[in-house]
Amino acid sequence: MSNYFLDTPGLKHHLHHPLMRRIVELKERNYADKDAFDYAPYDYEDAMDSYEKVLEIAGGICDDVIAPNAEGVDHEGPAVNGGRVTYATGTQQNLDAVRKAGLMGIAMPRRYGGLNFPVTPYIMAADMVSRADAGFENLWGLQDCIETLYEFGNEDQRQRYIPRVCAGETMSMDLTEPDAGSDLQSVMLKATYCEKDGCWYLNGVKRFITNGDSDIHLVLARSEEGTKDGRGLSMFIYDKKNGGVDVRRIENKLGIKGSPTCELVFKNAKAELCGERKLGLIKYVMALMNGARLGIMAQAVGLCEAAYREGYAYALERKQFGKAIIEFPAVYEMAALMRAKADASRAILYETSRFVDIYKALDDISRERKLEPEERQEMKKYSKLADAFTPLGKGMTTEYANQNAYDAIQIHGGSGFMKDYTCERLYRDARITNIYEGTTQLQVVAAIRHVTTGTYLGRIREYEALEYKPETEGLRQKLIEMTSRYGEAAALVMEPKDSEYLDFHARRLVEAAGHCIMGYLLLQDANKDGENFRRSAEVYISYGQAEVNKIYSYITNFNREDLGYFKI
Amino acid sequence: MSLKIIVLAKQVPDTRNVGKDAMKADGTVNRAALPAIFNPEDLNALEQALRLKDACAGTTVTLLTMGPGRAAEIIREGLYRGADGGYLLTDRAFAGADTLATSYAISMAIRKIKEYDLIICGRQAIDGDTAQVGPQVAEKLRLSQITYAEEIQKIEDGKVTVKRRLEGGVETVEAKLPIVITVNGSAPECRPRNAKYIQKYKHAKTITEKQDAATAGYAALFDKRPYLNLQEWSVADVNADVAQCGLSGSPTKVKKIENVVFQAKESKTLEPTGDNIDELMRELILNHTIG
Repeated sequence: MSNYFLDTPGLKHHLHHPLMRRIVELKERNYADKDAFDYAPYDYEDAMDSYEKVLEIAGGICDDVIAPNAEGVDHEGPAVNGGRVTYATGTQQNLDAVRKAGLMGIAMPRRYGGLNFPVTPYIMAADMVSRADAGFENLWGLQDCIETLYEFGNEDQRQRYIPRVCAGETMSMDLTEPDAGSDLQSVMLKATYCEKDGCWYLNGVKRFITNGDSDIHLVLARSEEGTKDGRGLSMFIYDKKNGGVDVRRIENKLGIKGSPTCELVFKNAKAELCGERKLGLIKYVMALMNGARLGIMAQAVGLCEAAYREGYAYALERKQFGKAIIEFPAVYEMAALMRAKADASRAILYETSRFVDIYKALDDISRERKLEPEERQEMKKYSKLADAFTPLGKGMTTEYANQNAYDAIQIHGGSGFMKDYTCERLYRDARITNIYEGTTQLQVVAAIRHVTTGTYLGRIREYEALEYKPETEGLRQKLIEMTSRYGEAAALVMEPKDSEYLDFHARRLVEAAGHCIMGYLLLQDANKDGENFRRSAEVYISYGQAEVNKIYSYITNFNREDLGYFKI
Repeated sequence: MSLKIIVLAKQVPDTRNVGKDAMKADGTVNRAALPAIFNPEDLNALEQALRLKDACAGTTVTLLTMGPGRAAEIIREGLYRGADGGYLLTDRAFAGADTLATSYAISMAIRKIKEYDLIICGRQAIDGDTAQVGPQVAEKLRLSQITYAEEIQKIEDGKVTVKRRLEGGVETVEAKLPIVITVNGSAPECRPRNAKYIQKYKHAKTITEKQDAATAGYAALFDKRPYLNLQEWSVADVNADVAQCGLSGSPTKVKKIENVVFQAKESKTLEPTGDNIDELMRELILNHTIG
């Protein structure tokens, strides 16, 4: 019997990042809960110990329950009958296990029944759950929707809904419609206020709704009749107990088959407004999506890890030409790069989660009291970093999840193409990660302004100024060179002030920034724990340097007039 | 109806994954070489108790274990999963006990606890495989007993209905409370540790453990939160007769230990045809290998 938390040294390593002390201090309001709640921590060490113990519970369930169920869930999948969804047998068992273990509502305050964990340990659990079964991560990870209800709902709504989620009820976010995918401004689901009943009624159709038969829905709907854009949309809470929403069908998908993707029909579904009218898309959905994107990053990291492990284990065991195939350079290079991509992805995931942690904790404190000027500064700084790192990280890690899954099959050779091995499921499951919650292309749209405004470069300079051990000086030099090439290429693209030209090269520039950032993060990891991260730092930075050089070469050799050739 | 349940649990060496130094030269188990775990069937028993607690408001589940100081871990493990408290029977005089001396000590501790409706334990421990302690406890307390329980189905009017798993089938029986029930490994697995309970009880310590310097920082906690103080009982605490405890109270003598090596003696190769498989199945059923 193993444990996903204990068998992955990167998790404890990232959990004990120096910034955690500040995060826990903010989140725990100087340990004020300790007299009111018997499970609240006494001090920093006590809090960290609690995170570890709870993550160990999650890691145990991943190994004992969720991972062994993954194949069966993939085959059986959910079913829809009479408008209601039935989960696959294994999914139901997984849900029972995480509920009994009290792993729902992890990040919610204790006064509503939550564990009051920071985002970082919560995301760590998501990382492990995804490694066990990426499809189940969707259902479990949707508990994050409650964060939006907590942030924008009123106190009465908090008291009515949050304890239910902490007790194990599931959630969904109902955004997409047949004609509103990436372009959510076109949402048409109609919300009408009924004076007589004093409540809202929803009518229309939603499509591609993950876990669409959940207990509590957050729904984006048009509350302002006659409007056509995002400013006419509001956020609503629909409680399944009230009825009015049926599942018309569930999609037959390529991967994450255990997670039901539903088409929903709203027929006079009673709902209540969450937050203020007209802020549905422009404020609340943006918050919801940022949380969800971090969740998908965790899903991608879990998949990166799972794919590496599958590929590596097979390469050790499979013998050809009289030796294990891991001994051939072509194979060990693949395995080493998979390990490096998994470690780099994990590094940016937790760097981002820490940024989110600090600004969210400060934001939450600002609801209780006025922030001090330096706290406001701190919040601004980390909010901006979170805003910059979320799309960059989501884009990079989900692409790596796909690449690792691809390479895992490649290492398996012909066997990997058969349904008998786990790697084929990982390949299918990974494919959605760089599509939903915004495709990589859309992440680039969100990230490019941090290239042009210099957020990334600024952060890279901070990394550069840190102290590193002399034995990693060579790596630091490589990173300095990569950064200068990235800076040069970015300046070159920005110079003509041609937005189409910038959009054309945007992905390249964002990726180059990503390589520099992830390289520096791994360099820091290697400095703290050489045994576990030095290899990955070396492998990743060599790879990243070559990638940045390629991007640099492409951009410096590109004529702006050639853009025409690409317009088919 | 609220119930008072005592769960008997034992800390055992994990004999499921034995290495080469699992046994000492004298043929006894080398406990130091094996990780100490919650006896698996006692976990099944705990789950049955916790289900009754879920179903009957006000029910309390108390663990009782006998062992060295480190067996306090068993009580914490139970608390992490939903039990309400526990007692550790620990004393040098309890050491070396066979099933007779063990059941004596446990029955004395149960007399001291005094109030109970059900005593639930695993069928047997994986280190001894005797399945004697549960039944002997029942005899010593003059209680009725149900062994091989797979499910405690209901409790009504002071009577319990239990499904038993027997060779070749199941049997449903009814009996009056109070009672001793031993639970089979085929019963549902124990629920996982709970995130809140583990945070609540992780500092729970016995008086001996509290003397350890590592807990010094939490000294104030033990006064503020009484549930963090785990009870430790000695021979004297449970009013037991020293002569009936431990080695002196154990008539069992180990005469000889044999190492058994499982080896395939004969093998048969069959062509994978339907007829051959049918023939093999017939043979295996006839010689009672399966069925």
